Order: sequence, then structure tokens, then C-alpha cells
Amino acid sequence: MLHFSFKHMINKVRGGVVSPLTLNDIGVLGMNARNINYIARYNDRKKYPIVDDKLNTKHAAKKAGIPVPELIEAFETPASRKRVMEVIDPLWQFVIKPARGSGGKGILVIAGRNGDKYKKISGSEIEALDILRHVNNIHSGLYSLGGKPDRVMVESLVDFDPVFQSYSFEGVPDIRVIVFRGFPVMAMLRCSTHDSDGKANLHQGAVGVGIDLATGNSCHAVQRGLRINRHPDTEVHFDQLKVPGWYDLVRLAASCYEMTDLGYLGCDIVLDRARGPLLLEANARPGLAIQVANGVGLRRRLKFIEELDEDMLNKNVDERVAFSMREFAADKGF
Amino acid sequence: MSPRVQVYVIAALLALIGAGLTAYKHFELGFPLLPGEYRTVWTIEAKVGFDAEGGPVKAALTLPREQRNMEILGETFSSSGFGFYIARENDEYRAIWTRRSAEGAQSLFYQLDVYQTPGAALEQPLNLSTEVQKPFLGAREQEAVRLAINSLVQQARERSSDVESFTTQLLFELNDDGNQDRNLVFRHYADSSLVDVALLMLATADIPAHRIRGLYLEDDRRRLTPEDLLEVYDGRRWIVFEPNSGMPGVPENFFIWQRGGKSLLDLEGGRNSQVTFSVIANDVPARDVSMRSTSQDKEALVDFSIYSLPIEQQSIFKLILLVPVGALVVVLLRVFVGLRTSGTFMPVLLAIAFIETQLITGLSIFVLILVLGLWVRFYLSRLNLLLVSRIAAVVVTVVLIMGMISVVSFKLGIEQALTVTFFPMIILAWTIERMSIVWEEDGPYEVIVQAGGSLLVAVLAWWVMTNRYVEHWTFNFPELLLVLLGFILVIGNYTGYRLSELMRFRPLVR
Repeated sequence: MLHFSFKHMINKVRGGVVSPLTLNDIGVLGMNARNINYIARYNDRKKYPIVDDKLNTKHAAKKAGIPVPELIEAFETPASRKRVMEVIDPLWQFVIKPARGSGGKGILVIAGRNGDKYKKISGSEIEALDILRHVNNIHSGLYSLGGKPDRVMVESLVDFDPVFQSYSFEGVPDIRVIVFRGFPVMAMLRCSTHDSDGKANLHQGAVGVGIDLATGNSCHAVQRGLRINRHPDTEVHFDQLKVPGWYDLVRLAASCYEMTDLGYLGCDIVLDRARGPLLLEANARPGLAIQVANGVGLRRRLKFIEELDEDMLNKNVDERVAFSMREFAADKGF
Repeated sequence: MSPRVQVYVIAALLALIGAGLTAYKHFELGFPLLPGEYRTVWTIEAKVGFDAEGGPVKAALTLPREQRNMEILGETFSSSGFGFYIARENDEYRAIWTRRSAEGAQSLFYQLDVYQTPGAALEQPLNLSTEVQKPFLGAREQEAVRLAINSLVQQARERSSDVESFTTQLLFELNDDGNQDRNLVFRHYADSSLVDVALLMLATADIPAHRIRGLYLEDDRRRLTPEDLLEVYDGRRWIVFEPNSGMPGVPENFFIWQRGGKSLLDLEGGRNSQVTFSVIANDVPARDVSMRSTSQDKEALVDFSIYSLPIEQQSIFKLILLVPVGALVVVLLRVFVGLRTSGTFMPVLLAIAFIETQLITGLSIFVLILVLGLWVRFYLSRLNLLLVSRIAAVVVTVVLIMGMISVVSFKLGIEQALTVTFFPMIILAWTIERMSIVWEEDGPYEVIVQAGGSLLVAVLAWWVMTNRYVEHWTFNFPELLLVLLGFILVIGNYTGYRLSELMRFRPLVR
């Protein structure tokens, strides 16, 4: 671990600093500008609970007809050992999540069983006691913002579409789409690596692959801030990557606008083998790494949407998706 | 008005009010704008010691009158078991301690702080008795002594033209070892001091005179006995003489305790009484002196401010007023630099602890507690505890570690480590808990980044908060916080890039 961090630090130092004027010229959105100009302006605080609590998201999505991973059970109050065992005992695969976890914290994925033991996705085995403790921790609010008591969700494990098998190491790739006032503006695929320890967080060493909104093809890939062509573990070239059912996926993301009523939104979507794209979670404060993954700044696209007239903003989902796919195609150089 | 404009208007208003109040305080009330103007304040302690005889006791100590070039800033009396009051009799203030019965050695204390101002020592038109009691040099006095006294007076009178020169001459003679008459007189009055003899002679010459009791203010003097000056009346005014040199005028640094009048101490019901003095010089900021000396005619702005609180609360506020500065440092580092810390304002609390512990000690204690705490926490995580009990367990562990650090370091003679108690325990426990989660979820690298970031911010905040100027301004001009508030509001509107983003988004630049 220390070795990688060293390399990472040297990269940072060698990378040096670029002039803020240059960044401004190419339309990179900074954290402060995102917070003030987009999140504070377009995201109504009252709507946050819909996205901050994944159980709420799930209910809202059900209502809006947006497909989500199947919820097996939710423990609203601290659950007894018996009750937890009752729920997970018949399951071969499942995911335990805190409803209000932030940054992917506290998600336990059980990919299989081995006798009494439960196999994690990384291959390591844990016991029922560990799962109970995890449930307990979630309830106590260990993973929630501000340590507030939390609810526990047990979800069925998504049957991942094998199309990304060769682009991901130990983990599950998901697709992040930024939706601004109902218009998808940018998308990326996050692939875990050996370096990122199976996690899909870019700052932990996962690969960010920019996806062309028009086609679903990859257009750019980055790991630890450096451009790459192949997955570091599987050595597969990214230019062959194409997300199947791309239109449906983008449409799903765009329809989250109606569901959440949030103007600046990040949607995390996974591909199920049978059911197609599923909404994993929505995020009212999506990060800015997507710009690095795409090699493109967000601000010009956001400005472009902001300058649209009322008529355009009231279009339905399909029209918005068609508009975005046309305007924000990678070869347009936006 | 858009929110953005509102922010600028409010910020400008706040800054204006803050700056205006500051300017008023500086120009009108004389608060120094820069630190470092120090004045010497003398703390004088009088100790009355005596052996009580078992019966009722009454001790009366003459208190210093207000001397014109010495301002009395404060007085304290301490006397366990004694009743106490201040009585005013014959133009004199006397502290009176009383007790129904006391036995054995007793000590009574009177302490005062004085500050020397420029100007003449004594007020001239003084309503003191000019009556002269002619000494009765009767049969009890030997003929030779009487003749010697008269000869000395006669000699001084011949060599002088007025009272002032007469006194100078007389003191010159009394200080001359070779003078036969003088030696004879001193041999006869073996128990008397120079001033006693001089007073006797002056009375013989029919000149009104009395003694002045007082102290020379010199730093770090203990068990001083009062010194005497001589004051004579020349028909129009009183003139003070230093008896040994014969020079007129009150010596510099001389603090007048008692001018004329009777004894310094009157004691009933005790023996072996004595009054000893000790003197200490303190360098006190000029602001404190002006605060204390103008306590009578306080301005409203001063009256309804932190200065109206007791000293102890003031010193707490001194720390509290630094917190906004620390918060500003955090805001700057997060908005403009983009440092990641564990807990937004935890570094400020750390910085406050560092102020008390000193930097190096504080840093080592923090790292030590964090490492030991994390170690314990990793074991606790295996015990399947509820979160609240686990954090409580970490709190207890932190307290135990702190106790251990204190005791062990005290035994080793490292007294600095005793300041460990200034660390905010609950915050430390939460930090340990959060760090251990970060460790489990994101690996030790992230822990080092976050702990390092927090420490860096804490050290920077400490550095700013211990700055002499910052300390001075926050405490003396709390209204500057309004300016700071306006500044923070303006920063809250900053939409530019962070320093860290200039590195982070470098790959976007082709």
C-alpha cells in the first residue's frame, strides 16, 4: 500500500501545478464553483432525503418506474440476531448496505457461501458473526454522515452483465451519469483494479473511462490522473469497450430528474444481465473526477444547458436524451 | 438583491462597523493598536507578623495614601480567621484586623499593585500639623549631650541661610563620622536611627518636621523594612530630604507609605510585632494598566465588553476569541488549498490544545494517543460492541492513556507532558474511531493523508493563533471579529479553483 502511495505522491509532484487561467479556458469545473453555482442553486435541500437515503431512493424509483436492484429486506430498527439470520440464511448472494452511507462506505457484498462461511467478492471468507456486527455498526450510524442512527438494507446481488468482465478486477463496474436539469451531460464507467482493492473510487486507483454520450463507446481512460489505453490488470484495450443498451441507460439517468427533482444530479447505474440498466443510487453532490475520466471540462456543457430557453427545459425525457446525445457527442469537442 | 450582492453588502457593513469600533477604541479610548507596550507594575506585599498572647487581638496597619506619581491599581487583604475593615482616622487610612482570641505566631497580609506615573511625588498644600514639640532635654540628658546637640544646631544655623539649607547642613553634619559632637549624640541615642536624631535636632531648632515611611521599589526584594525620609516645613511648603545624602526631593522609585502621623503598626494583644515588605516588578501590557486605572470612569464600550468580566473568565475568553481565527485558517485551507482533514473543525480544537501544551509536546502527545488509541480500537472492533459503547470505551482508553502519560512523564521529570489534560478527549476518541474506519475502508495511506492534513491545518492554525499581533487584536479589539466574519462571508462566495485542483485537473490540459 505504502509503495503505491509513494508513486502516487511522486506523480503528483511531477505533475506540478497548472495555471488556473488555463483550467478556466478549457472549462474545468472546480469544487467551489460546483458547490455554489450548481449544487446550491439547482438542488433544493428539501429534496435531499430522496437521494441521501437509499431506501427513499428505492421507493421513489419504484414509483417512477425506474428499475433498481431488488430489495430483500430493510431493518428499520436494530435487528435481533435471529431476525438477521432469518433473512440472510436462505440467500446465496446478497448485499448489505447502510441506507445513508456516504462514498460507498459500509457496503458488504456476499458473493457466495462456503458451508457456514460467507464469501466476500474479493474471495475472503467471513462468518455470520461478522455480518451481525456489520449490521449492528450500520444501525449505530458508523457509516452515516454525522453518526446518526441508520437503517440497514439487504439487497439481492445484481447479476452483472458480463460485458465488462474484462475491464474490471475483483469489483463491479458502474456507470456514473451527470444529469443537469434533466439533460445528461457527461458519463463515465468506473472500473476497479487490483490497485484500488476492488473499489470503484477513482482516488483509490480505480480506472475512470469516459463514455461518449452519443454512442456509448469509450473515449478516454484515466488511472491516478494519467491517461491509459489498457486496463492495468486485465490488459484489455479500452477502445473496444461499448456499453450495450446505451440509449436505455442514458434515458434511465435522465428520468431520475423527474424522480428526484434535483437539478444537478449524479446517477450510478449498473447493468444487469437480464434486466438491463438498474439505478444503484443517485447523488446530489456528484464528484468532479468525471471530468478527468473524460478529459473534458464540465462547465461549458452546463453553461450550454443553462442558456436554453424555457421551452427546451420543459421537454420530455426522450427529447432531452436525444438533444444531449446530439449536442454532447465526443467528436463535437464540447 | 441577489444573494451574492447581499453577501457583499453585509460583509462590507460588518467590516465597516468592526473597523470603525476599532478606530474609536484606538483613537478615543487609547487602546494600543500594536502589542508590546509594557509598563512596570509593582506588587508590594506587607506582612504583619506577631505572636498573639491568647486574648483578643487588634492590629492596625497604616495604609499608603495616594501618592501623586504612584497610581494604586488594586489592593488585596488576606487574613484567615480575622475580622477586617478599613478605618479612616485623621487623614489616614488604616487596615484593622481583629479577632476575639488568637494564640501563637500570626501573619496578616496586605498586597497592592502600583504603577508609577510621571509627575511630582507629593501634593504641596498639605494639611499637616506644623506644631513643634520642643524636646525636653532635661536632667536625664547628660550635660555633654545637650551641649553637643546645641552645638550641632548652632553650627548648621551659622552655615545656612534658610530652612532648606539648614537641613542640608544638619544632615551633612550627622553623616560626618569625624564630627566629635555627632559621635557623642549617636552614642547616647544608640537605639535611634539617623532620622530620629535629625528630627530631634530639627525640633530643637524649632523647625516643624516629620518622617516619611516608604520603600524603594526594586525588583524581587523580600523581607524589606521600611526606609525613612525627612520632611521639613520652611514656613510656606514642605520639603522632603533623603537623610543619607542630604539631597532635597523624593528619590526616584520611592514609594511613600506613610507621611507623618503616628506609628506604622499598632498592635493590641500581641508581642514581637514586625512589618516586612516584599516587592516584585511585573511587566504588564499598557492596555491592562489603562483598563485598571480608568476603572472609575469606564466608557460604555468598555463597560459592556469582555473587560467587564472577572479576570478568570477573561482568560478563558482570550482562548475563545482565538477560535474564529482558527476557523478562518480552516476555511482558507479548505477553500483555497483543498486540504483534506478528519473532521472539519477538529484541527482548531487541536490547535487550542497546542497553545496550552506548546507545539512539539502537543504534537508528540497527539500522535502517541492516536497510535495507542487506534491499536486499542482495532482490538475493540473484534469484540462486537455497539458503536456507542465502543466509542465510550475509546474515551476511557484515551483518558487512561492521558493519565499514564502524565504520571510516567512526571516521574521521568518531563513536566511539560502534564499539559496532556488540555486535549479534548471526546474529540480525540471520535478522531480515533473515524480514523480506524478510514483505515478499514480506504487503507492506511488515507489515514496518513487525513491525519497529516489535520495536523498540518492544526499547526498552521496554532501558528496564526499564537501570533503576537493576532492575540493582541482578538482580545483587545473583539469587534475585529465582525471584519473577520465579513471576510469569511466573502470567501464563501469564492468560485475559483483550489490549489489542489490545479494539480488534480492537470491531465485535462493537453
